[in-house]
Amino acid sequence: MNVDDLWAPFVEFGFMRRGLVAALALSLAAGPLGTLLQLRRLSLVADVMSHAVLPGAAVAFLFAGFSLSWMGFGGLVAGLCIAVAAGFITRSTPIQEDASFAALYILAIASGVAILSTAGSNLDLVHVLFGSLLAIDDTALLLIAAVSSLTLLVLAACWRALVVSTVDPDFLRARGGATIAHTLFLVLLVLNLVAGFQALGTVLSVGLLILPPATARLWARSLSGTVALATGLALLSSYAGLIASYAFDLPSGPSIVLAAGALYVTSLGLRSNRRLFATR
Amino acid sequence: MIEIHQLCVRYGDLVALSDVEGTIANGTSLAVVGPNGGGKSTLLKAIAGVVKPCAGYVHTNGARMAYLPQQSAVDRNVPITVSDLVSFGLWRETGWFGAIDRARRGRIDDALATVGLAAVARRRIDALSAGQLQRALFARLLLDEAEIVLLDEPFTAMDAATSAQLAALFAEWRTQGRTIIAALHDLGEVREYFPQTLVVAGRPLAWGATDEVLTPQLVASAFAFATAEHQHAEPHLHVHP
Repeated sequence: MNVDDLWAPFVEFGFMRRGLVAALALSLAAGPLGTLLQLRRLSLVADVMSHAVLPGAAVAFLFAGFSLSWMGFGGLVAGLCIAVAAGFITRSTPIQEDASFAALYILAIASGVAILSTAGSNLDLVHVLFGSLLAIDDTALLLIAAVSSLTLLVLAACWRALVVSTVDPDFLRARGGATIAHTLFLVLLVLNLVAGFQALGTVLSVGLLILPPATARLWARSLSGTVALATGLALLSSYAGLIASYAFDLPSGPSIVLAAGALYVTSLGLRSNRRLFATR
Repeated sequence: MIEIHQLCVRYGDLVALSDVEGTIANGTSLAVVGPNGGGKSTLLKAIAGVVKPCAGYVHTNGARMAYLPQQSAVDRNVPITVSDLVSFGLWRETGWFGAIDRARRGRIDDALATVGLAAVARRRIDALSAGQLQRALFARLLLDEAEIVLLDEPFTAMDAATSAQLAALFAEWRTQGRTIIAALHDLGEVREYFPQTLVVAGRPLAWGATDEVLTPQLVASAFAFATAEHQHAEPHLHVHP
């Protein structure tokens, strides 16, 4: 690999440029949204939700073929249904939220894979589960850019409310805004998971929401610093992941998530070393 | 005025509080005492609207309320500053979209100075001691300018001097006509700062002037009541407003 390989694929191929723009757009929203996700202790819930979009996408695939717009819509409906169903089960039964999410998650992924495997080829299944740059056409790119822009606008407008409901939910509940804030957050989360599955696949679309903020938390001391660093790390992971995806002929989803994972593991190692030396 | 009618609150199958009935006049300072699990925090949450009653109702007639929860309700894992935490007290003014401008920043600094935390305004909340965090929450209350102030274990982890300093605010609030309702464990603090007392142990046992309510017999019966099957026992109603 030489220096030219760091940008040549993006100059040479339109699908790489579209993939890069899509991944960068996702990263811009993933920084602040993922930071709140982690601070609200919802990372595992988001992981479940990312799998929950699968049956909706699979049903859309059954009727409309490999249309990312329809699959995105199907995924959105399925994700919101799972979120509402999990909330209903938690409120009306003794089952805790994590258990109800886990039960629905395993049902969602089993039914999604079953639908896809009867209707499509193994290649389609791999594309939906792990993402495909080749599948990002102009329509998909517009959808990703729209979701990302909407997410940033809503977060900018409602940031204070979301932080208050994260730090002290009872405080906001007493003023009547906690449910709205939580619902708004879940809707943004599902929208970003749906947008993300086109580039990263359903299984890994949550990766940019979890790993960069987790890495940023190891270094940043303030909330704004965590958000800025998480966004920067997500952008870097997207770029590095796409380069690796092109160079080693890997699916885009795992490449981007592995790049984010490498930054996380390196940070963990550096932080541990610092503590180790500090104690000597 | 707060009107409470046959209030019942349950968490799942567990009835946390039942049969609360009464009115609390404006400007009252009421202590709520009782054993752990007796329903003190639940009553405050029901008045604040944080939990919904399974029966009955609480009417606050649209009064502005401020609620100071137990410390565990504040997630100190979020890396915000003490000043940011106190700024939540301006929520009624700022709402979802309002900004903290220079004037509001000045009021936040004043509130922090009142509770003796001016020096740690820019410190992260996870670096505060339990007592300092409680003082920060008091500063948040100061900005709220509520007509009804609900305090859940307000003196937790505080030394006597700090408790006395913050309790001095009660006198100021009383002169402003604010209603103060506090869940407390320390009966000495109750006698010192609260003219009215409600004793709860799953349901009200007594409600009235503190000197008349806090008899040794009733206190003993309240705490014995908690360990018995209190859902079915008869309460010893003593005085009721």
